[in-house]
Amino acid sequence: MHDFIIFTVGGLAAAGIYAITASGLTLTYTTTGIFNWAHGAVGMVCAFAYWQMSIGWGWPTLVSLFVCLFVLAPAIGMLIEVAVMRRLEGVSEAAKLVVTLSVALMLLGVAQWIWNPTTYRALPPLFNNDTLVVGSIRISYNDVTVLILALVVAVGLRLFLYRTRMGVTMRASVDDRTLTSLNGSSAVTNARNAWIVGSVLAALAGILVAPTLTLSASALTLLIVNAYAASVIGRLRSIPMTFVGAVILGLSITYSVAYLPQNPYIQGFEDAVPAIVLFIALLILPSSRLRGHRQLRSREFAFRPSWGGTGLFCASTIIVAVFLVTTVGKADLFSLNRMWGLAIIGLSVIPIVGYAGRLSLCQMTFAGIGATMVGHLGANPLSLLAAAGVCAVIGVIVAIPALRLSGIYFALATAAFAITMDNWVFALPSFNLFGHPYAPFGSGSLTFAPFHIGSLGLTSKTSQFIAGSVAFVILVALIVGVRRSEFGQRLLAMKDSPAACATLGMNGRASLIGVFAFSAALAGVGGGIYGMELGSAAADVFQFFNGLSVLLVMVIFGITSFGAAGLNGVYQGAPFFTNFFPSLTQLPLVLVGFGGILVGTTPNGTIPGSIRPVYLSVARRLPLAASMVAVIGLAWALRLSGAIGNWPMTIIMAVDVALFPVPAYVADYRARTAPPAFGLPERRSKEKRDTRISEAQSANEPIGSADLLATLSGTGGTSGT
Amino acid sequence: MGLEIQDVSVQFGGLAALSEVSFSAAEGVITGLIGPNGAGKTTLFNVVTGMQRPNAGTVRLDGRDLRGISVYRRARLGLGRTFQRLELFGSLTVAENIGVAASMGQRGVVKARSRAIHEIREELLSRLGLTPVANDRADTLPTGSGRVLELARALATRPKVLLLDEPAAGQDTDETERFSGILRDLASDGLAILLVEHDMELVMNVCDAVAVLDYGRIICTGTPAEVRADPEVQAAYLGTVSAAVADA
Repeated sequence: MHDFIIFTVGGLAAAGIYAITASGLTLTYTTTGIFNWAHGAVGMVCAFAYWQMSIGWGWPTLVSLFVCLFVLAPAIGMLIEVAVMRRLEGVSEAAKLVVTLSVALMLLGVAQWIWNPTTYRALPPLFNNDTLVVGSIRISYNDVTVLILALVVAVGLRLFLYRTRMGVTMRASVDDRTLTSLNGSSAVTNARNAWIVGSVLAALAGILVAPTLTLSASALTLLIVNAYAASVIGRLRSIPMTFVGAVILGLSITYSVAYLPQNPYIQGFEDAVPAIVLFIALLILPSSRLRGHRQLRSREFAFRPSWGGTGLFCASTIIVAVFLVTTVGKADLFSLNRMWGLAIIGLSVIPIVGYAGRLSLCQMTFAGIGATMVGHLGANPLSLLAAAGVCAVIGVIVAIPALRLSGIYFALATAAFAITMDNWVFALPSFNLFGHPYAPFGSGSLTFAPFHIGSLGLTSKTSQFIAGSVAFVILVALIVGVRRSEFGQRLLAMKDSPAACATLGMNGRASLIGVFAFSAALAGVGGGIYGMELGSAAADVFQFFNGLSVLLVMVIFGITSFGAAGLNGVYQGAPFFTNFFPSLTQLPLVLVGFGGILVGTTPNGTIPGSIRPVYLSVARRLPLAASMVAVIGLAWALRLSGAIGNWPMTIIMAVDVALFPVPAYVADYRARTAPPAFGLPERRSKEKRDTRISEAQSANEPIGSADLLATLSGTGGTSGT
Repeated sequence: MGLEIQDVSVQFGGLAALSEVSFSAAEGVITGLIGPNGAGKTTLFNVVTGMQRPNAGTVRLDGRDLRGISVYRRARLGLGRTFQRLELFGSLTVAENIGVAASMGQRGVVKARSRAIHEIREELLSRLGLTPVANDRADTLPTGSGRVLELARALATRPKVLLLDEPAAGQDTDETERFSGILRDLASDGLAILLVEHDMELVMNVCDAVAVLDYGRIICTGTPAEVRADPEVQAAYLGTVSAAVADA
């Protein structure tokens, strides 16, 4: 009993921290409609800043606390609101998610940049482990402080939201922003206040929780996932229920540590408890009602790739691979080799996120599963097939409960799955599977043989690289086939209008389960190939955060674009950054974060939005296109003959690729017949069609009482034509 | 048989969106459902298609009670609808929009199935005049053509009852004219059509029966002429300008 009370008190103290951070999350969500994936990262940055002030610079505790909570945190909140979130009005759920994730990744990158993660840092508890003795039970002052602070936050938020004018208008603005602003309160002010209060709560939680963990940026950022569970129990709306959720969570974590048997198989499970609670909370959430569009249509669309274009893309991909093999140095080719695995993992995002519109955050986890299959079964075609099959089956098992969720709830469910796998399954020690000892990632890391069919093996890096490009191209063709099939059309139909699908008699479940399994299988194959390319891989290669940056790169370049998948491989696999900026190890992460933040402005991604139109307009002029390709070929030939080195060749090619679109652009601009190179190509063609279909039409005018009057009296058509 | 709606009530909080609404849409008949904005027309459509659960009342399709049947199963039983705000599949072409819908009802061998889908698609494209834009992406269509496409898509599932939510909004007079012809054809094929429309001329010309909804209640049913002459309808719609209506 004595132990039980101690564990309960500890659990309640943990619950206090979760409650503080989760209520901040709920507050920003209810006020602005944005689910802030960067909430944990804000807390993390503030915790590090607090460490810097109090330990690094030796400032007094209270001064450091004050500066962090009331200067730094509000400033970060305000900056995020002004620089990023204000642009997100009317943007799709996916873009909102990507943008806040990007902020999180950027903060993570910046923090690791400033505070080198290899240095050990610890934050002492506020009261040096002094304890309060109640009867036979000792409770640390820390726990008492946390509980009191949580109560203060609970009561304070309640009073703030229900008793102050600012709080009441903040609550009102979530229901109808326009209406609230008509009633004399500014939506912008409300949002800013919400971000400020939310940041302060995140910072408070970050500083309180830091002493119980080592000061690790990714651990602190991930801690937010625990808070997600509490927020979801509060249905992202009720702050009292969020506190209840926090208590459930805090107690289930401490009880699982205290009462589950001590063995290495269970240890990881304890770390996964918050994610599992989140998953369960999501499953008992009532599913959302089917309804038509409420606001602006999202501006995203998916191109229908033609077989001709696909052939061209595939051929050029192979040519680029041959080009790289013949020009890149041995050492660079060694690290460049991993790009195809990453590119295929990028491809796996296209069907589920690009076509079906469901944000899956666990593609890297499926890649990890695929890698373990190939690592254990041997690097041959059959084990790649097995990887695809096993991932597809696990995909179906995850999809069946998760697919009734949509939007951020589906994303959260896949995140919970990914984190459970990271913390528990991938870390499992050896166990017996069908009589064979099996450990997902061996003892620490798994080694891979080079790919081989029978006795024929890909031993050289050159052959492996070309084979990687061939695998990529085959899978591109497979996805094009799916996209063009009836199945692919159904997926897009369901993404565009779930309501219309249902009223046409379409039960989307089977299609969605199918596409999730398909994407999982692709990721599994990608993971297997990635493993073979790496030669040896530990579980952390496939962790949640790496999956996030794949998703972000895909969204930035274009979520339905195969070129984006290729670029994802180049960006994350190629050694540019380590070659050019050896000291800036966090640069790729920060750049991805920065690119993601800009997604709000180019929702289709840079390839379909800006790059493709430019080169399409070159391609329409055969002589121009031919000369552009000829210059590239010439530069390559000169390099192969030894006449020029890599740098002159690169410069010639870069100039070539940059200059040739210019005459095409100018000609298009003059002619005004073809779509413009930049901006929205579809807008102009729409105007053209308008006049073609019906000359006299002002289609989009709403019907007013004047129309009604006119029609009732029999004088005219609907709108004044 | 067609569609029978009996004593349907829907409450949104304290607001009665529909109160004990009863009427029917019979096979081969075009039934108009009119009423001022906010009268509950779209809510009624949502109840019929299963997107909104009523607080009371029943909806029957060919005598079968639809209670507890999900949206997509109702569609498979023969309910088709279009939306007041376009719900096109914007990333698909016009032909693909119809094809996806046509594929719903088709079972059987792959080849026969794809031939059937192809036939339905081609027939609807030419019947509704969408052939010139067949390969255009649906979200590039102007609203008027978008509405025609929604109709084509609903027809591709071969429904028995068709619910049209303001299909003529955004169409010009020629298009509306053509549209009335199509509706009459469909009705003569035996389809039950329920038409919500603000274009009174269209309603009066094309409908065999009209029901008027106001503040969630049916205030009048009858032939177009009867409805037009009803003083309560005129009051609900226009207050004092009823003289203009009588002239029309």
